[in-house]
Amino acid sequence: MSPVLFELLLRSIWETVLMTGASGLISLVFGLPLGLALVATDRGGIAENLWVNRILGAIINGFRSVPFIILLVALIPLTRLIVGTSIGTWAAIVPLSIAATPYYARIAEVSLREVDHGLIEAARAMGGNRWTIIREVLVPEALPGIVAGFTVTLVTLVGASAMAGAIGAGGLGDLAIRYGYQRFETSVMVAVVVVLIVLVCGIQWIGDRLVARLDRRG
Amino acid sequence: MNQHVTAETGDPVAVDPAAPQDVVRLVDLKRRFGATAALDGVSLTVKKGEILGIIGRSGAGKSTLIRCLNGLERPDSGEVFIEGREISRLSEHELQPLRRRIGMVFQHFNLLSAKTVEDNVALPLKIEGRPRAERMARAAELLQLVGLSEKAKAYPASLSGGQKQRVGIARALAARPALLLSDEATSALDPETTRSILALLKDINSRLGLTILLITHEMEVIRSIADRVAVIDAGRIVEEGAVWQVFADPKSEITRSLLGGIRPQLPPEIASRLAAGEGAETILRIDVAGEAARRPLLSELSASVPGAFRLVHGGIDHVQQQPVGTLFVAVPGADAAHLAAVIAFLEDRGARVEVLGHVAGPV
Repeated sequence: MSPVLFELLLRSIWETVLMTGASGLISLVFGLPLGLALVATDRGGIAENLWVNRILGAIINGFRSVPFIILLVALIPLTRLIVGTSIGTWAAIVPLSIAATPYYARIAEVSLREVDHGLIEAARAMGGNRWTIIREVLVPEALPGIVAGFTVTLVTLVGASAMAGAIGAGGLGDLAIRYGYQRFETSVMVAVVVVLIVLVCGIQWIGDRLVARLDRRG
Repeated sequence: MNQHVTAETGDPVAVDPAAPQDVVRLVDLKRRFGATAALDGVSLTVKKGEILGIIGRSGAGKSTLIRCLNGLERPDSGEVFIEGREISRLSEHELQPLRRRIGMVFQHFNLLSAKTVEDNVALPLKIEGRPRAERMARAAELLQLVGLSEKAKAYPASLSGGQKQRVGIARALAARPALLLSDEATSALDPETTRSILALLKDINSRLGLTILLITHEMEVIRSIADRVAVIDAGRIVEEGAVWQVFADPKSEITRSLLGGIRPQLPPEIASRLAAGEGAETILRIDVAGEAARRPLLSELSASVPGAFRLVHGGIDHVQQQPVGTLFVAVPGADAAHLAAVIAFLEDRGARVEVLGHVAGPV
């Protein structure tokens, strides 16, 4: 591989890491509260409100049913509004975040729903309010699942970011298509695949280690 | 204005005019779930410092009842007075400070797996907004009370069932409650651990003077620690009284059936041979309690009424330091006058006698 290509590879790695990291963080910040809202407003939840629950569920399902490549294009006006441009790495973070947030919200919802109802009852019996229940019971008890779900989301984002090349966002996927596939640079293709494997394994490994440390359920 | 005002909050509250000294007073509590009445007019009082046991089969309404006391469940109608204050119509927000006056222990412990033992115990104080130093000092004190000081930094997953329940009890006591609710606290534990947990609750009751209301489906629990017992069936209190009196003279069929496991019963091989007509022997059931059980009843009987009789089964038990006995006796012969003399003598000495039937020959 030529030095030029190598430099291109390094830049692509950085772009993928940036896209995955930034949109992952955003999906965590918005997806976790959304997951909490889904659990809290559901029947028997700590803030039962079935109308809010249904509307939230419908919005999340709506975003989740649109294929990412279409979302990427459909969100161009919004991206332009937020980032100022619809081209480049930062522009890709907007649709990536919007796709990953409802995805992560559903994963967080599953973990939060698995928290034993008896624990919520115990906190209520102690005189705890909703905020106490969220802070002391729901989030800490579901934390291993919340972290494991975040790991899954990050890995999914690594894959999704490959498509962001379509709007000139760069990244490893884009590099593999333009150099590895279209210009028959087999070494680039192999390098990209190896880097992606290492990246995904790394994310998974860190996530698993974190979950093992957090899980006190014995 | 003819309204009472609480010292802490200044809120106007409904004060129980009938009995302000009772920790709990329930008046005609009703709660339906669809077609079934979980509570069908329950009235009860729990006095300060006593242990009231509520016993019933599963589905009798026990859980709904205990949850009405701290507002986890709301009755459809009726009144719930806690320390003289009516709580059944308070909002969730108004209930929160009140619940801190009521500790609760659960069948499945309900400890937070992500918190250490001491953080679990201190949680009610954290909810109250106490500073960390105070919380940790109180947790240490309570862990010492329940004998688990060395487990302060451990996580619940590493504890045995009995240890988990000790932590549950320590947590329930953290905010210095006026009332402790125990929801089948020993039902998930083995018999030996059950005994030690019950001994702990009894100890807390006598040392701290804490009022305890417990629900259970096991008469053994009632017998070990309760002062009074209320039997609930199909959402109604069918029987209520001092534990030894209910043991000695159960009035309802359901109470007799719940007592079946721990009171002497006629052995089935004899019961199956009982006939209503005449036989070689008459089987009597003799119930004695209190004074009547302290006398040498059987030797007095043989001295006063000539003729042999045979003890088939039974014994004297002690409930709340009171002797409570059930004896099954076989009286030979078909002489009605002799049998009447035996029964008359026993009843004269304060025993209750029931002719169960006759058997053809000695068993």
